[in-house]
Amino acid sequence: MSTTSIHSDAPVADLDEQRAGQERFDQIIAEDSRIEPSDWMPEGYRKTLVRQMSQHAHSEIIGMQPEANWITRAPSLKRKMILMAKVQDEAGHGLYLYSATETLGVPREELVRQLLDGEAKYSSIFNYPAMTWADVGAIGWLVDGAAIQNQVPLCRASFAPYGRAMVRICKEESFHQRQGWEILYELSHGTPEQKAMAQDAVNRFYGPALQMFGPPDDDSPNSQQSMAWNIKRFSNDELRQRFVDMIVPQAEALGLTLPDPDLKWNEERGHYDFGELDWDEFMSVIKGKGPCNVQRMQHRRAAHENGAWVREAAAAYAEKQARRQQDAADTHLIGA
Amino acid sequence: MSFASSDSATRQSAGNAITPEDIIASENKAPEDVATYAMYLGDDALILAQRLGYWISRAPEMEEDVALANIAQDQLGHARFLLSYAGSAWGKTEDELAYFRDTHEFYSCRLVEQENGDFGQTIARQLIFATYQYELFSRLVDSKDETLAAVAAKALKEVMYHLDHAAQWTLRLGDGTEESHRRMQEGLYYMWPYVDELFADDDLLRDLADRGIAVLPSTLRESFDQRIQPIIEQATLEIPDVAGAFGGDRSGRFSEHRGHILGEMQVLARQFPGATW
Ligand SMILES: [Fe+2]
Ligand SMILES: [Fe+2]
Repeated sequence: MSTTSIHSDAPVADLDEQRAGQERFDQIIAEDSRIEPSDWMPEGYRKTLVRQMSQHAHSEIIGMQPEANWITRAPSLKRKMILMAKVQDEAGHGLYLYSATETLGVPREELVRQLLDGEAKYSSIFNYPAMTWADVGAIGWLVDGAAIQNQVPLCRASFAPYGRAMVRICKEESFHQRQGWEILYELSHGTPEQKAMAQDAVNRFYGPALQMFGPPDDDSPNSQQSMAWNIKRFSNDELRQRFVDMIVPQAEALGLTLPDPDLKWNEERGHYDFGELDWDEFMSVIKGKGPCNVQRMQHRRAAHENGAWVREAAAAYAEKQARRQQDAADTHLIGA
Repeated sequence: MSFASSDSATRQSAGNAITPEDIIASENKAPEDVATYAMYLGDDALILAQRLGYWISRAPEMEEDVALANIAQDQLGHARFLLSYAGSAWGKTEDELAYFRDTHEFYSCRLVEQENGDFGQTIARQLIFATYQYELFSRLVDSKDETLAAVAAKALKEVMYHLDHAAQWTLRLGDGTEESHRRMQEGLYYMWPYVDELFADDDLLRDLADRGIAVLPSTLRESFDQRIQPIIEQATLEIPDVAGAFGGDRSGRFSEHRGHILGEMQVLARQFPGATW
């Protein structure tokens, strides 16, 4: 099927094709099968995916920064090694996700431009600073932990390339969460100062990590459609609840507390109850007022701009090489 | 629970034959002179890893964040082996050597201490150092010291990739645009004064080389030149016409950068002496 049929400006003659496409699409969704990039899909589905997948890619790339901030100061060589591997993985995740998004017809350059121009969003958690070494642990444990909770169901997303990217990414995320937990474990079982550092980091990252699942279901109008399309499998609040249920025993094992006086086991529900999150703060970070919004963009833009001459050189060299090969082939033809 | 760096799926390096933990467990105690030699090599690798690690999240393209992170991890891996082995002479750990020696107690060469500069300068440093390391490890695999030979064998596979990476970029930058040519040539110019010291011998090296343990650096110069010259020429660049900087050997003269590098690297570990991480 021609990919032009997915555009709304398709000629009238394509209407039949479009109707057939919609029927086929609905059937795939009803059967909980997978949509491939060459399949017909509604424009809204495509747009939703481009937005969600590129935001996800941007989050991986921007998310490198808080932890990269500690690579040169990691307190042991083993930790330095693990941290470099972890931040490197996030770059890899960004790359998988950009190429998965490209299958929907938007080139990476355009997606990157949207990020650098401030048109596209990324996860607001990365607008908080990694102030101490313990923050590296808290980010691994809570931020990567929340990412896993979000991403495991996405392995079954109806758009096949997204699901496939998620399968690869989830394997690495569990290593990320474990290394974060291990950093905090060492700190909470270390000197009193180390333990205080760990507690302080958890205090600061707990709330923002819970907010990674997005606003409460009542305030999340797009979720319904994403769930109908089998992109999203669980609501924001469901995922948040699962996450809380997972981290409470882990925090106990660490010997650290979670900064929520309302947190307690609810026998009836079979879940932990937890307190209201600060959604005003969440909204203000999304609107650009977070502690590091400007810094993160400045860092990304600087890397992009400082690298422009390198990317131009690589392109110019590739062009020269292609020309040389063409010349050689021509000479060969003339010679023959 | 321990995490081998190979848990990372984006990591592409070959070889996982031995680990620093293996070296500690092996009870192969290094004699003090061999340990000092291991620090010569290990400090180079550690400082280079420190420099390269800074690039992660700042590289000219995202693929390059991954590539430079790979190389940094390889170098850090070499450093961990070598410093673990060196430490065995005095009952010290890799971290005690890395974090609790003072500036004048390091042995790193000035080349790896040089600033990253722009990507051209980093690639120039990589090209020189990878060529040197490739020649060095190709010979060190025959060391009569078993541990050094094993470390060299593992490192050699990785350094082949570093050399290829640096050579590929040297070609692209040298034979890319006018600007990239200029920057790459400048990068070579800034780094070239520190080439000579890579091949400087001293009494320790002569003695260890006589006994078949170390590789005598001066014997690597010819093959270094033969390997690096064609790459530079093919990239339409020139070997810079710049004098080698005198001073600078492993016995105590070092660059101004070293203090800054260690100041940053050691700051946290030294705030909590004796702590575990
Ligand atoms: Fe990730
Ligand atoms: Fe991660």
